[in-house]
Amino acid sequence: MIEFTFWDIVRNLLLAARWTVLLSLAAFVGGGVVGMVVLFVRIAKNKWARRLASGYIALFQGTPLLMQLFLMFFGLPMLGLRIEPWTAAALGLTFFASAYLAEIWRGGVDALPRGQWDAGASLGLHYLQELRLIILPQAFSITRAPTVGFLVQLIKSTALTSIIGFEELVRTSNAINNATFEPFTVYGLVALIFFLMCFPLTQYARSLERRATTN
Amino acid sequence: MGYSLDFGWLADATGAIARGAAMTILLIAVTTLAGTFLSILGAAGRRNGPLLLKRAIGVYVEVIRNTPFLVQLFFIFFGLPSIGIRLDPLLAAMLAMTLNMAAYTIEIVGAGLDAVPRGQTEAALALGLRLRQVFVKIVLPQALKVIFPALTSQIIIMMLESAVVSQIAVRELTYEADMLQARTFRAFETYFVVTIVYLVLSMGLRRLLVSGGRRALGAGVS
Repeated sequence: MIEFTFWDIVRNLLLAARWTVLLSLAAFVGGGVVGMVVLFVRIAKNKWARRLASGYIALFQGTPLLMQLFLMFFGLPMLGLRIEPWTAAALGLTFFASAYLAEIWRGGVDALPRGQWDAGASLGLHYLQELRLIILPQAFSITRAPTVGFLVQLIKSTALTSIIGFEELVRTSNAINNATFEPFTVYGLVALIFFLMCFPLTQYARSLERRATTN
Repeated sequence: MGYSLDFGWLADATGAIARGAAMTILLIAVTTLAGTFLSILGAAGRRNGPLLLKRAIGVYVEVIRNTPFLVQLFFIFFGLPSIGIRLDPLLAAMLAMTLNMAAYTIEIVGAGLDAVPRGQTEAALALGLRLRQVFVKIVLPQALKVIFPALTSQIIIMMLESAVVSQIAVRELTYEADMLQARTFRAFETYFVVTIVYLVLSMGLRRLLVSGGRRALGAGVS
């Protein structure tokens, strides 16, 4: 049996944490891009398009992320795609994030006074220009705090990808625990690493929120 | 290659799915009651308790909110036995869910308590009510009414998150799904069906909470 010192455990966990960070970033960026598309459909003029987008959002917000990941992991191979844990994890979290981000940003769009659209139209801007120049910049700026808050939620959600076999922080910690039989230390350290990743972001989201309320 | 969906196994599996769903409902029912109770204590303690208690509650909230539920669950189920606290899976799951939910609802309940105008407390005190009566009969019902939508959302989020406790072999919905797909080799169909069950549960739970809340809180106060 391999002997693990405390520092071996820490080093291995930190190495695995890189994958947690990478997955979080990939899902956040991917979710942002797909979320923009969902947002466009969600605020479209067509009633059925809007319903479709709300259905998409309700589906992801009304089912467990773990199920979404399982469906990704077992569903995509049926379409003939060879799929590895990384792909399933990144895709699953991307769609999950897209639904939440679209809903957050939609709240920002809805919060803007109707007059902003009217003013844009009266300047002769067409729909896409209005969105790009007037509506979206303001909507993003007022939803910055919840967006950062969601990033925290996303980082924590990457823990679930360990269950479909992606080698991130939690899966590595399970392996280390099986070798060292020191669950208290190992899971305590994992919690600490997650905390160090999430807490600064939580504080940042809070400061954004405070700034928003004082303005 | 072709893959055709097959739901033939479903007829034999309804019992297992129903049992799993019942366990999920039990988990969330216990968590809702215990979590709400704990968060009322926590929010009140954070406002009126001694400094040390305020600090402790603050640390607890931050630690839980900034770590994944799965890690909390593993820490409680696998980690605590090494300091002599051994819990069976169901108890560990309930404890983890309650502690997790309370960290979120403490802030929600706190916001509700802050939203009740100070004059309400003063008026109640002027009428000769004792402090505890003021809190339980005057402030708390009004606070709960304000925060009810946020509380409902948090309960549903917790219900969805409870899928994770299958990892410590609590026989709830996801655990039954894992067992079924291992037996039928129909992983996608199994998880698809169970996902629908979760969707129905979350929609039903929202309905139930909204109508129940209206009945309980709408009549007594306002």
